[in-house]
Amino acid sequence: MAKLNDNNEVKSRSMAQETWRRLIKNKGAVIGLIFLLTLVVVSILSGFIYDYDTDIIALNMGEALQAPSAAHWFGTDSLGRDIFARILYGARYSLMIGVGAVAIGLVIGVTLGAIAGFYGGAVDQIIMRVVDVFYSIPNIMIAVVIVSLLGTSTVNLLIALCFTCATSFTRIARASVMTIRDQEYVEAAYELGLPTWKIILKHIIPNCLSPIIVQVTLLIGTTIIAASSLSFLGIGVPSPAPEWGAMLSEGRQHIRDASYMCVIPGIAIMLTVLALNLLGDGLRDALDPKMKK
Amino acid sequence: MIRYIIKRIILMVPAIIATSFIIYFAMNMTGGDPALTLAPENATEQQIEEIREELGLNDPIYVRYGKYMLGMLKGDLGTSYVTKRDVFKTFMERLPNTIELAFTAVLIATLIAVPLGIYTAIHQNTWKDTGGMVFALFGVSMPNFWLGLMLIIIFSLNLKWLPSGGKEGIRSLILPALTVGMGFAALITRTTRSAMLDVIRQDYMTTARAKGASEKTVIFQHGLKNALIPIITVIGMQLSNALTGSVLAETVFSWPGVGRLIVDSISKRDTPMVTGAIIMSCVLMCVVNLVIDLIYAFFDPRIKAQYSRKG
Repeated sequence: MAKLNDNNEVKSRSMAQETWRRLIKNKGAVIGLIFLLTLVVVSILSGFIYDYDTDIIALNMGEALQAPSAAHWFGTDSLGRDIFARILYGARYSLMIGVGAVAIGLVIGVTLGAIAGFYGGAVDQIIMRVVDVFYSIPNIMIAVVIVSLLGTSTVNLLIALCFTCATSFTRIARASVMTIRDQEYVEAAYELGLPTWKIILKHIIPNCLSPIIVQVTLLIGTTIIAASSLSFLGIGVPSPAPEWGAMLSEGRQHIRDASYMCVIPGIAIMLTVLALNLLGDGLRDALDPKMKK
Repeated sequence: MIRYIIKRIILMVPAIIATSFIIYFAMNMTGGDPALTLAPENATEQQIEEIREELGLNDPIYVRYGKYMLGMLKGDLGTSYVTKRDVFKTFMERLPNTIELAFTAVLIATLIAVPLGIYTAIHQNTWKDTGGMVFALFGVSMPNFWLGLMLIIIFSLNLKWLPSGGKEGIRSLILPALTVGMGFAALITRTTRSAMLDVIRQDYMTTARAKGASEKTVIFQHGLKNALIPIITVIGMQLSNALTGSVLAETVFSWPGVGRLIVDSISKRDTPMVTGAIIMSCVLMCVVNLVIDLIYAFFDPRIKAQYSRKG
């Protein structure tokens, strides 16, 4: 018999509570989650601790290229800027671009995918063929072309990256919607006379959220790497902003005399993406325990 | 089977047309006026007009696109604005370098990843499995250009074993190939492991053991053979990625491949070169994907039968 509490109500857990309970049992996911929360807090706090104009981008040639020490934990770069401060401050670029591009891509992709999967036929064909075209061009190339057409800026970088996110979400959403479309409860909603958009939004989308949630976490990681790659190529976040990929690009000029400049920003990117992957893998197991191997 | 191949080749045509259409239009709408770029600094309005006429820029864009596609059939993708050289020839000169890098990278990745994937699957839930998975997790989380920089610091600057860039002989291939290959290795390891886990508990594995087959025969003949399809899929995907997407490794190691050609041309606003090289890359990718699909049929008689039926 179900356990009753003081008010004689059956103690039940919602789907979200159940998932959360399983997620926090996964050590990797918890480590990932804690790291990411810390990173978010740090990136917010760094805005109060450091002044962008004086601490982050101001030149200080007297202290250029100092190796890591007590005064400068991560050393200084070729323009004498403290790398520790730039790394902390730079977290916001990676996080904002990663989350931003995935969020925009999510809205566009899920909408298109749901339409394609729900209606099928000609609509589906048109949407999916366009997606296939973008899929056949390597992601980094799409981004390179878009940024070079629109010009180098953080906003254009975001636009370029949300393209690839959108195609990926379109495919996932379409596949899930197609399997759910013919379920009895969707037919029931139809019989009740609900408008189509309401059926898609209220009955279909909520039931295909699991693969989408997992994809969100994993794609944020991929997008952060892509953003830093483009900045590394010199067509991402413009200088002098302390974006991690751009810092690596500067570091590359000093790979012989100040190799720490090449090491540290890369570790920052790797740990962030690692945390996202740990969380994503954990979420996958938590959302679909049957899949766990 | 042959009918299937022909059908697939015909289906490639609309895909290539659509891709080239999008790229051609995008590049031409925003590329600026090439006549202004090409004209000498103090050119008169009339001279600029002459250049425009010469390049056919006064035709409507769909006419130019049509001419471009007809030219493509003859292997003519126009002439670079910057180097004044034939685009198709330049692309073809760079292509062998990219192919060399891509194949070596995928080969390294496969040689590391498939055995590792099998090993972790056999030792599931032991520390050996965890170790392999941690390796794979780091592999997918690492930006590969950064790995390239780290390899340069370790192997060429500190140990002085290998060159840090350029293309001179086999030794200069090792670091770029490792850089591109490690990310792939991670993905292939994960796929191999999960594909092996799927087959490892099947009844036919038990049957094979019961018949007295050695553990090696059971794992490789009965297990791996049935797990091959997803493994080939992921290896194939990595190969087509490597052929068109190793821009970063090519940049880090100054490798004269197609990726760097495209990025360099973009920064020089060399529209014909960018357009041609990207379209050619897409054609290449379509061909590679077709070849991979045909390889499935080679490894899996079930798929071959399906192809033959569909005709």
